[in-house]
Amino acid sequence: MSEHVSPKSVYYSIFGALMVLTAITVFAAYVNLGNFNAPVALGIATFKATLVVLFFMHVKYSSRLTKLVVSTALFFLVILIAEGMMDYSTRGIQGLLPQLP
Amino acid sequence: MQQQKEASTLGMWVFLLTELLFFGGLFFAYLLYRTWYFEAFAEASRTIAITPGLINTVVLILSSLTMALGVRAAQTNERSATVRWLVLTIILGCVFLGIKVYEYADKFEHHHVPGANFISDGPWAAQEQIFFSLYFTMTGLHALHMIIGVVMMSIITWMAHKGKFDSTYYTPVEMAGLYWHFVDLVWIYLFPLLYLVERHN
Repeated sequence: MSEHVSPKSVYYSIFGALMVLTAITVFAAYVNLGNFNAPVALGIATFKATLVVLFFMHVKYSSRLTKLVVSTALFFLVILIAEGMMDYSTRGIQGLLPQLP
Repeated sequence: MQQQKEASTLGMWVFLLTELLFFGGLFFAYLLYRTWYFEAFAEASRTIAITPGLINTVVLILSSLTMALGVRAAQTNERSATVRWLVLTIILGCVFLGIKVYEYADKFEHHHVPGANFISDGPWAAQEQIFFSLYFTMTGLHALHMIIGVVMMSIITWMAHKGKFDSTYYTPVEMAGLYWHFVDLVWIYLFPLLYLVERHN
């Protein structure tokens, strides 16, 4: 498995990519994209996270079992957030949005 | 040996899975309240200075790079290089925490801490306090993970210095690295979500 040794250049390129993506995130926040500001920010963050997981955390060179565990984690995170949001975000429709003082 | 390393990696990932769902619950709470009280969240987020957060993002990603290079040095049997990269990782982790302390102090000074002394210029004081509660919970838990990470890295660095690792056995370095990168991952999401809610206009 990770007896694989990545060349240093891989790590430096990934770091460079992460820096560029960080700059794009900040830049994009100042542009009015309407409803798309949040999806763009989250999309870039997810792309950065993928780079970190695959190359810094060596998942790209890990066993299939490890890959399966990592995917399972993401799958359950999506369930947690998507199903939870589906419940709460539709409560407002019935006028049940909690009123704060 | 190979099988032991495989088991360690798998175990570490299962632990990180629980951590992911732990933070996931907070991210869910954040997304929900952000959807409900978007204007208040945008208003509260605008009061946070971007520069320290941006510097911290760069510092943390840089520490992930030094961590990855530290693991690589262990893989290739370079003991002094391993120690050097790990020490650099610890220093960057401490820089991150130092900037975080400065940011927290700034929040206290501007009465942006939820509670009796919270002051807001806008009409959404209650909702803004939800934002700042989530801000302090999420960044606070993240900082706690950083502190645990720094302690763990110090032990690993000491072991590396003592020559406990070589290219045939460096599992603890790699596992500490996985944890460190995970903490970096959490911040990659926290930065845009807390600092950059709605910066245009």
